[in-house]
Amino acid sequence: MPRAAIVADKLTKWFGAGEARTYAVKEASFEANWGEMLYIVGPSGSGKTTLLSMISGILRPNSGSVAIDGRDLWSQSDNEIADFRLNTIGFVFQDYHLFPRLTTAENVAIPLVLQRRRWDEALSAAAQCLKIVDLADKGQLPPTKLSGGEQQRVAIARAIVHQPEILVFDEPTASLDGETGRKIVSFVKAEILTAKRCIVIVTHDSRIFEYSNRIMEMEDGRVTGFRQGETV
Amino acid sequence: MKEILILAYRLLVSDKGKYTALLVGTTFSVFLIVQMTSSFAGILTKASATVINIGASMWVMDPAASNTVFGSIPMPDYVLDAVRSINGVKYAVPLSVSAALLKLHDGTYQAVTVLGLDDTSLVGRPQLLQGNINDIFAENGFIAVKDEEFPKLENPAIGTEFELNNHRGVIVGIAKVATGTLYGTPTLYTTYYRAIQYIPSYAFTISYILVEPKTRSDIPYIKQEIARLGYLAETNQEFQNGISDYLKYKTSIGTNTLLMTVISFLVGLSICGQTFYTFILENLEHFGALKAMGAKGRELVCVILFQAGFTALVGYGLGIGLSTLLITAAKLRLPEYSSRVTFTNLGLAFVMVLIIASISGYAGVRRVLKIEPFEIFRG
Repeated sequence: MPRAAIVADKLTKWFGAGEARTYAVKEASFEANWGEMLYIVGPSGSGKTTLLSMISGILRPNSGSVAIDGRDLWSQSDNEIADFRLNTIGFVFQDYHLFPRLTTAENVAIPLVLQRRRWDEALSAAAQCLKIVDLADKGQLPPTKLSGGEQQRVAIARAIVHQPEILVFDEPTASLDGETGRKIVSFVKAEILTAKRCIVIVTHDSRIFEYSNRIMEMEDGRVTGFRQGETV
Repeated sequence: MKEILILAYRLLVSDKGKYTALLVGTTFSVFLIVQMTSSFAGILTKASATVINIGASMWVMDPAASNTVFGSIPMPDYVLDAVRSINGVKYAVPLSVSAALLKLHDGTYQAVTVLGLDDTSLVGRPQLLQGNINDIFAENGFIAVKDEEFPKLENPAIGTEFELNNHRGVIVGIAKVATGTLYGTPTLYTTYYRAIQYIPSYAFTISYILVEPKTRSDIPYIKQEIARLGYLAETNQEFQNGISDYLKYKTSIGTNTLLMTVISFLVGLSICGQTFYTFILENLEHFGALKAMGAKGRELVCVILFQAGFTALVGYGLGIGLSTLLITAAKLRLPEYSSRVTFTNLGLAFVMVLIIASISGYAGVRRVLKIEPFEIFRG
């Protein structure tokens, strides 16, 4: 029986008030397990990113709960939630959000710096992570000198450098061509996903569905179903 | 926190264009502020040149005298005797300060300031570069001060003769003083009695009485007793402050300098404020990403304040350096250039640059604290 890393129960989020109130997510419930790569798929505006934000401690839901490894997330204080994001979550943003004027290694080291690790120690760990994503020789370059696929790998290195248990990817292949996108996701599944890690990917790119363990479908803010994929 | 500040530093200096613009703005502002206030400080110092150069501990004067050394109202001799009889007065001597016209060797006239020192003590005498101080007692003896006005006397040497109110004068010494004068006239020292003999005056002849108290604690009593005589006694510093206050508040020089300083501050604030705010705006999404990754609000505030503060300090150092360099170079070329960098100027510029940094930083902090990490996810 797989152990649940994330348990979302009847998560609801709306924006606006009165007649202008719009539901982004309505009573979404699901579980994501350790060792699992769960895809959240659906058309634009279906609430995927909002749901991802709520389970990663970025956006407070209006109702419902999120439990991470059995611990209720949103009952914690803002500082505790920030610490949770810093220590437990690794983010890969859609637009990467790399600092263009820092070196690649410095970009990767940022989560460790936020964890108050020593600067040289953080850079050393970043260099190790760049090796993992096969960018060992690009550490001193600014991200602007790298291709889209390489930038994506830098973002992945930044997401894993502090060894988080949960990784969240927002549209990881949106800016990449099909082949590069598939390479990246297959790399993530082969090298990053472990039995002690859970990866949640929001995407509507059907070309990478084959790499998922499970696919959760959303439409109009609701979870409409699950499809089984490969297992680790 | 040190590592986060290193990150803040790297984020700041790695954007060379913006960092340079920020430094240029701060440096330029500090440069202008220091130039303005140093010029004013130079003017104030020169306005008090005679007080500084004579160096007496206390000055007794008519209370109606205006706040310049040359606006003295002569006092009768009995005041000197009365001052000398006050308990706590170590000694008191007369000083004559007067303006005169010299007829130079080539027949041209030159306005000068003549300081007549007490004949018995020569209290307030300058330091001689050439000649012997005792020669001041020689017939027609005058000592010329070698300051920036010296060439107006046709660079006299010992033995150079001139004419003063149909009296013959001879230069018997060349002296140096701590500070040149503001009013553009050369200075001559002679004895008190020769000064009042050569230069027509009112019935009374003592411009100031220079007083040395026995101890500093005697000063209040001496001032009180002199006030009872109907005269005013000020310490050296009080007299200088009075002259400074007059220039600051009762002439347009102070107002103009203040306005220019405020304008310099506003120029710096507008350049730095806008550049720093643009810098923050351009990095807003990155700050949002940091927030999403777990950076706390106070850490981001530290990052921004450090960046603003660091830029301010570097700009301050560069601005001070540039000002000092320019003032030094200008003084080498232009001896009349009156500019003086004082600790007050430096402090004022520092406070202003801190205000610039604070306002710039505050605008950035407000934006960064408002950004929601969710906005980053939504792209």
